[in-house]
Amino acid sequence: MTPADGAFVAALCARRAGLEVDPVKVYLLESRLAPVARREGFGSAAELLQAIRDRDEERLAWAVVEAMTHPETSFFRDPEVFAALRDQVLPELARGRQGQPVRIWCAACGSGQEVYSLAMMLADAPLGGAPVEFFASDINSRLLEKAQSGLYTQFEVQRGLPARLLVRHFEKRDEMFVISPRIRQMVRWRRVNLAEDITRLGRFEMVLCRNVMTQLTDAAQPVVMKSLVSAVRQGGALVMGAEETVSAALGVSAGAAPGLYTRVAALRAAA
Amino acid sequence: MKTCLLVDDSRVIRKVARRILEDLGFDVAEAGDGAEALAWCRAMMPDAILLDWNMPVMGGLDFLKRLRQEPGGSIPKVVFCSVENDLDRIREALDGGADEFIMKPFDGEIMASKLAAAGCVA
Repeated sequence: MTPADGAFVAALCARRAGLEVDPVKVYLLESRLAPVARREGFGSAAELLQAIRDRDEERLAWAVVEAMTHPETSFFRDPEVFAALRDQVLPELARGRQGQPVRIWCAACGSGQEVYSLAMMLADAPLGGAPVEFFASDINSRLLEKAQSGLYTQFEVQRGLPARLLVRHFEKRDEMFVISPRIRQMVRWRRVNLAEDITRLGRFEMVLCRNVMTQLTDAAQPVVMKSLVSAVRQGGALVMGAEETVSAALGVSAGAAPGLYTRVAALRAAA
Repeated sequence: MKTCLLVDDSRVIRKVARRILEDLGFDVAEAGDGAEALAWCRAMMPDAILLDWNMPVMGGLDFLKRLRQEPGGSIPKVVFCSVENDLDRIREALDGGADEFIMKPFDGEIMASKLAAAGCVA
């Protein structure tokens, strides 16, 4: 791959998904694109990119964009956030719903560890009988497929997942571990590009989008942030990465743990 | 400094695990089987024990059950570290008094996260 190839990939990712890709680290891009090229029957990453330039094929272009996302691969990432959700945020949201379902959206679910962590947590400590609906989405359809299958390697189930939850919620299938149908059936899946209009998805009591902002371009960040806040019902919760801050001007107030926000006011229309 | 007793009949595993445990800030002692480990614990109870399952003389689960009967034997956090990856066996280990379970092969990240889950490291 040449520096021009690097610039091409960066432009493609920025345009399609608002993804920030450093065009200078060509070797890094190449290592991520080589498996895509192989899968699609090309001799090299450079050949794959040339084919996208020549044929303008949607599917190939998206395969490149998808390969550039960095999904979360640990269960219960930042355990203190999960504890705050379990002990404070979710019980409060459930009370406010008065028997109506609490709708939770994991906006960048990757291979499913975050949404399954929440689902296991609520299966073990239900919200006083309040129904919960989980929605999970990602831009990467291959990851989404893996998430939906609930299949994890031995390495994957040892990242952040306590052994007690492993034996309670998983079964062994050959050398892999599969999450129980009971947990898997709690989640509905959909491919979503956060850089596009997401108002059709409706409103949620809680939206999680952790450690995604840092992967977006400066231009995409405020747009995506605003969409995410809009997707949270008033009084609902927005959960960002511990290092990610949301401006109070968007109508949120900071909550019990780093990255936790409550939507306090309707979003003011931009002047 | 927290102490960790590393119990495994493989010298290679002990060498690898010792390096990781020392990097995590543990003072490490070693034992080659459960009987040796029990003798260690009677002399000085460690804060954490990393425990293999299948060993000569006395295996990991036998050791664990005896340990929990000893005076002060409920104090150490015990993390199994075994090639066993059958969920029934893992359940058996947890029911037998283990705090966590590592399936071999492991890496430093898994070891750190399991010790954290067991409450041995921050």
